[in-house]
Amino acid sequence: MRRIISLIILAIIAVGFILTFSQIPFGKDKIDVANYYIKKGIEETGAVNIVTSVVLNYRGFDTLGEVTVLFIAALGLGAVLFVERKVQKNASNSEDESKRASLILRTGSNLLFPLILLFGAYVFVHGHLTPGGGFQGGAIIASGFLLMYLAFPKQSIDKKSSSVVESLSGLVFVGIGLLGLIFSGYFLTNFLPKGIPNTLFSAGIIPIIYVAVGLKVGFELTGIIDDLMGRSR
Amino acid sequence: MIFQLILIFIMIILAVAAVIFKDLINAVVVSAAVSLITSILFYFLQAPDVAMAEAAIGAGLTTAIFIIAIKKTERYEK
Repeated sequence: MRRIISLIILAIIAVGFILTFSQIPFGKDKIDVANYYIKKGIEETGAVNIVTSVVLNYRGFDTLGEVTVLFIAALGLGAVLFVERKVQKNASNSEDESKRASLILRTGSNLLFPLILLFGAYVFVHGHLTPGGGFQGGAIIASGFLLMYLAFPKQSIDKKSSSVVESLSGLVFVGIGLLGLIFSGYFLTNFLPKGIPNTLFSAGIIPIIYVAVGLKVGFELTGIIDDLMGRSR
Repeated sequence: MIFQLILIFIMIILAVAAVIFKDLINAVVVSAAVSLITSILFYFLQAPDVAMAEAAIGAGLTTAIFIIAIKKTERYEK
């Protein structure tokens, strides 16, 4: 009986979706907002990558909200796992010397780790020129740290300095927004010169914010991995 | 176009397999493959920004977090 009901509900939802989506013209530029961004984006923001100009300039406040959501999620995870970590610290000192990762994994990750960090930094520094940006670069940096955690399970990052970097970059984001409020009258408005498009130092506040977002996301995700790896069963 | 259709077909098969598998490690690996194909499709749809995020977070970090969680709880679905 329950199966029949859920099938009927699924069918109703499917019909609703099909009816709705058949009304929308697919692949035509009917949306005025998108056309406006494509035409005026470079001129108004100075960022060649239109996605970045939308994410950090036209919709910068939403990005601040996104960063906040990620921060709260990491905070919640840390709070849930916090109790277990204290017990485990004095327990697991002497055991499992045999649990070390293999030589290939250790050597390979030693070689790859700086390159992955460099690539992540490249992605978020060039966020306004090439595809990518703070979130992608941060995720790449965190995956580099994940590789190191897999190769050397005993070691961990310095929690204190990483959280200092994380909070400082969050403060930089909000602080730049407040400076925009002071200089141009709106929160997160561009108050720096736009420069020449297609060069590294262009697009005003966008590169600064993206560096901050990249560091914040990178160290936050690393902190999540650290919390998870540090907890014994 | 044919290539993309093949990819979509493989993706659907993998997604169904992820639900069916009782061994959760297999299910996680298969869903990572779904993420990877999604990211390739995003690239074909000319959204490289989203493709990068999907490849790094969906296929990389999420898989690792799931595997760590499975290692600390139970491997087989009852």
